[in-house]
Amino acid sequence: MTGVRHPAQDAKRLVATASGTERESVAWPHRDLLSLEELTADEITVILDTAEAFEDVSTRSVKKVPALRGRVVVNLFFEDSTRTRTSFTLAAQRLSADVIDFTARTSALNKGESLRDTVRNIEAMGVDLIVCRHSASGAPYLIARNVNCSVINAGDGRHEHPTQGLLDIYTIRQAKKRIDGLNVAIVGDVANSRVARSNLHGLLKLGAEVSFVGPTTLVPKAFEQLGANIYHNFDAVIDRFDVINMLRVQRERVTSNVFPSLEEYSRLFGLTNERMKRAKPDVLVMHPGPINRGVEMSADVADGQKSAILRQVANGLSVRMAVMFLCKQAADVG
Amino acid sequence: MIPRQTGILPSSMMKVLLDEQGVETALRQLADEIVASIPAASQIGMIGIRRRGVDLAKRLLTLLDERGVADIAYGCLDITLYRDDLAEIGPSAVVRTTEIDFDVAGRYIVLVDDVIFTGRSVRSALAAIIDLGRPKAIRLAVLVDRGGRELPIQPDFVGIRTAENDDHVAVLLQETDGVDRVEALA
Repeated sequence: MTGVRHPAQDAKRLVATASGTERESVAWPHRDLLSLEELTADEITVILDTAEAFEDVSTRSVKKVPALRGRVVVNLFFEDSTRTRTSFTLAAQRLSADVIDFTARTSALNKGESLRDTVRNIEAMGVDLIVCRHSASGAPYLIARNVNCSVINAGDGRHEHPTQGLLDIYTIRQAKKRIDGLNVAIVGDVANSRVARSNLHGLLKLGAEVSFVGPTTLVPKAFEQLGANIYHNFDAVIDRFDVINMLRVQRERVTSNVFPSLEEYSRLFGLTNERMKRAKPDVLVMHPGPINRGVEMSADVADGQKSAILRQVANGLSVRMAVMFLCKQAADVG
Repeated sequence: MIPRQTGILPSSMMKVLLDEQGVETALRQLADEIVASIPAASQIGMIGIRRRGVDLAKRLLTLLDERGVADIAYGCLDITLYRDDLAEIGPSAVVRTTEIDFDVAGRYIVLVDDVIFTGRSVRSALAAIIDLGRPKAIRLAVLVDRGGRELPIQPDFVGIRTAENDDHVAVLLQETDGVDRVEALA
């Protein structure tokens, strides 16, 4: 074929969204997904739209498409996480990829091998995509610099957890039909939360207003510089929010000085039915899981009408399928 | 309405294979053939391949309705994830939604696309449909058959067949391009 350019082959293409409207979309150029901070609003929207197209794969009789058939995905988890790993595994399997789990406990890292050597060895086995979780912020960047295959950050230290941010944003868009102009609260241990950072960057780029709510020790004033509102009195501001995303209380931090007692935290920041009465009637309640029932959220709120928690889990699959598919497509052209 | 990208090739270089009237006639003829071939008491599902197959399927649906074949399930199919050239096309692959809300199992499926050429899109579509269930039968309706098959796949209902040396065949439809026309390089 010469000369003729079909519109579908242009860099800017028309994408049908679930609402049936057509709009322009840009191509996805990245081999890796390391953070939402480095993406543009358009690129985030490409992921969300692609995830929408993957939704039906999970509902049909054969829950598999051949898009990554013959490809190998490695879950490289240096920090425990059953649910994130399971979600990535299932997403990869629904794309027909082969999946290997590689956990720090069983690895040669315990024998003194460096991270760089470990990932190069893994790549030498013919891996196409590494899903990485590490307690050190920036570890996925180190890995990505040392391998040619795609790298997806599944959480690095306090830095980012981009697929969690994406699935949260996807869940919000699904419920509210927009992101632009929404007022989103992220409540809890923001200082230590990579989920909070990924949500912040993604939501701000798509035009939402983001507020961090929590005790002064966990929600430092410095976060204002990233573009968030900072509040320490939940009750005073709860009626402003369209979405309330409750972060998990990491119990290992409860004993430290920065954390009030569980009772005090729960009393001031826990989402209870009583507190929910002050929220907007159509507020969307989210939680990245696992929930400490009775601490950051009461059981009746977690299981209530306004809770999107299980939808978040289901959407995580679609979003991760989309991310793996897009990164692999970009890697193939190199 | 999305404006069609005009000026791809000067109009003097293009010849019209079907004009607006021609497209309509071809579709009516397709509808007649489909009606004649459907076994009595079949449950029918019409599935358009994104994107132009979807618009054609919708039109055929109306035409079948006029011919007294009502109660046809309708869906649209995105074959991106089933393509065999994904590695070559890279990021230009846009995954769109597949919306087939009915059970394909046991149904008589009419698959609709605008053009058949190598047959690879249809192969992808067949794989996608079969992953949804086991249809009673799948038939293929296309507006244009360009020849050039690379796989043993043939349409059951054909609007027009192009001549051997017709190249750069383009199907333009009212819904996406503002005009009904089939054209080729002159």
